[in-house]
Amino acid sequence: MKYKVNEKGYYGDFGGAYIPEMLYPNVEELRQNYLRIIDDAGFQKEFHQLMKDYVGRPSPLYLANRLSERYGANIFLKREDLNHTGAHKINNTIGQILLAEKLGKKRIIAETGAGQHGVATATVCALRNLECVIYMGEVDIERQAPNVARMKMLGAKVVPASSGSKTLKDATNEAMRDWINNPVDTHYIIGSVVGPHPYPDMVAIFQSIISEETKKQLMAQTGSDQPDYVLACVGGGSNAMGMFYHFMDDENVKLIAVEAAGKGVSSGFSAATTYLGKEGVLHGSRSILMQTPDGQVVEPHSVSAGLDYPGIGPQHAHLFKTGRGKYVSITDEESLDAGLLLTQLEGIIPAIESAHALAYLEKMEFKGGENVVVCLSGRGDKDLDTYIKYFKL
Amino acid sequence: MNRIKQLFASKKNILSIYYTAGYPNTGDTIQIAEALEKSGADMLEIGFPYSDPVADGPVIQASSKKSLDQGMNLKLLFEQLKDLRTSVTIPVLLMGYVNPVLQFGVENFCKACAEVGVDGCIVPDLPMVEYEEFYKECFEEHNLSNVFLITPQTAEERIHKIDGLTNGFIYLLSSSATTGKNLEVGNTTEAYFSRIKNLNLKNPTMIGFGISDKQTFDKACSYANGAIIGTAFVKAIDNGNIEESVSEFMKKFKS
Repeated sequence: MKYKVNEKGYYGDFGGAYIPEMLYPNVEELRQNYLRIIDDAGFQKEFHQLMKDYVGRPSPLYLANRLSERYGANIFLKREDLNHTGAHKINNTIGQILLAEKLGKKRIIAETGAGQHGVATATVCALRNLECVIYMGEVDIERQAPNVARMKMLGAKVVPASSGSKTLKDATNEAMRDWINNPVDTHYIIGSVVGPHPYPDMVAIFQSIISEETKKQLMAQTGSDQPDYVLACVGGGSNAMGMFYHFMDDENVKLIAVEAAGKGVSSGFSAATTYLGKEGVLHGSRSILMQTPDGQVVEPHSVSAGLDYPGIGPQHAHLFKTGRGKYVSITDEESLDAGLLLTQLEGIIPAIESAHALAYLEKMEFKGGENVVVCLSGRGDKDLDTYIKYFKL
Repeated sequence: MNRIKQLFASKKNILSIYYTAGYPNTGDTIQIAEALEKSGADMLEIGFPYSDPVADGPVIQASSKKSLDQGMNLKLLFEQLKDLRTSVTIPVLLMGYVNPVLQFGVENFCKACAEVGVDGCIVPDLPMVEYEEFYKECFEEHNLSNVFLITPQTAEERIHKIDGLTNGFIYLLSSSATTGKNLEVGNTTEAYFSRIKNLNLKNPTMIGFGISDKQTFDKACSYANGAIIGTAFVKAIDNGNIEESVSEFMKKFKS
């Protein structure tokens, strides 16, 4: 339990709820109720029913043979890309929409970067007939047009965030402002393990189904539920936290989190938060973030919109600081190459986010026979334009 | 007794003005303070800008961004305020978000405030529990008031807790809103203001968010010790001539 949240809402030095008073009643309402609601047997039944029948879980754990041959280790892919809506994001939005209903909320807001969380939120709002407003950076609206169309078709209102870098960070600011201005009937579905306590814990709990299934599947396929390595990409860090969750206390399982180096960690165009960042407060929690010496948040860069965020969740900051997790980074080009490689070796086009985790396999040294799980957090349909441009296909 | 307490002890219908440091131009910070005092402001809240001001509406977001783009930071602000007390006598608070304070260092921040003659701070995203545990001692040591916000949704028990932790005044938000929304004093707002008034808090209260003219100011003063004007003032000074635009703006609030 030493990597989980404490009663004050902290993971070691990180976490807390740094929010203006206007957000306090909503966040406090969540804090007081989230565990009670989630632990309720009726909630669990409904959540798991939807996970099975609507999302299509359990997602397969696939032993990728040609990839394994190339690296000399057993590479298992946790196929979150096969979920309904094409990524792990739906695990969290299903959980949060059920919770919002229990709290009597009528209106849902969310931020989105790549659009995956926006689509997953718009999807569950259609499913449960709730009003849905999605904030998305102007830049992301342009580079993720198919997802914008999906959200609109699902009945969501997509509001462009035109402040700052016009990406995920700014969409998050706008969603928080919306929540301040609509303090009574609105629930904010944060898409990652960021934000004020209890969000990082709540999102981690909903995403932890990834590692819960993985353990059972590994046991069935290898005879042990303890792999040697677990890898996942990290923007805010929700798929990684879901992938790490049930392995955190298994100290012999090495956790590797892959951040986006962008054009290179020293290029000035990067999102490698643990490498470039310092401790501070962003979006309601104390964590590690990219900032100037004066404490102004630095604009990140990554080819992948889902990793284009200047911070990481507080639990990741804790895993990083304690050394429990190894945090590394992969450049835009390395990730795109890894995406093409997986496509050609296994017939799976990964999201560029997930391709960051795959790319790190190139840098690992295996003795042979190690079991390695990579979280394939999303599919690459949304990224075809980027792949096509880069590879001149 | 610091200047804030003296002010509330001696005056009613207090008019406090917020503006963003380094806006419209980096060098304007002190000139605006002097012009405001000359035109009859009772108290000043100088905003130190932050890149991600989640509690602010478009006007203060824009002034913060421009100020930052022009090079404003806390170190520069304290340099600008070095001789504040040679020309400004009214209470001055600094208002901004917690991350720049953390990076500057809480101890250094409090010390710098005290050195230049700042009387208090408003840090909206600094939670009460953190303040109590890590900031309070340092604030008190440097005779700084820390001002907390309450909204119509703040529970009574919490209001009393805030009152107990405050030494200066309580910032009463007219509604849960980002800065710059208009104040529409309907029945529910009046009921809320009356409810707070009847709690007999030990600290004076100032109403903020949405005050933009004499009528809304007077209305606010009937429920509290005064009111705070931010967005409307920041809008009014964006044209360059500080002296003139400040005195024009302040005329609106003279009876």
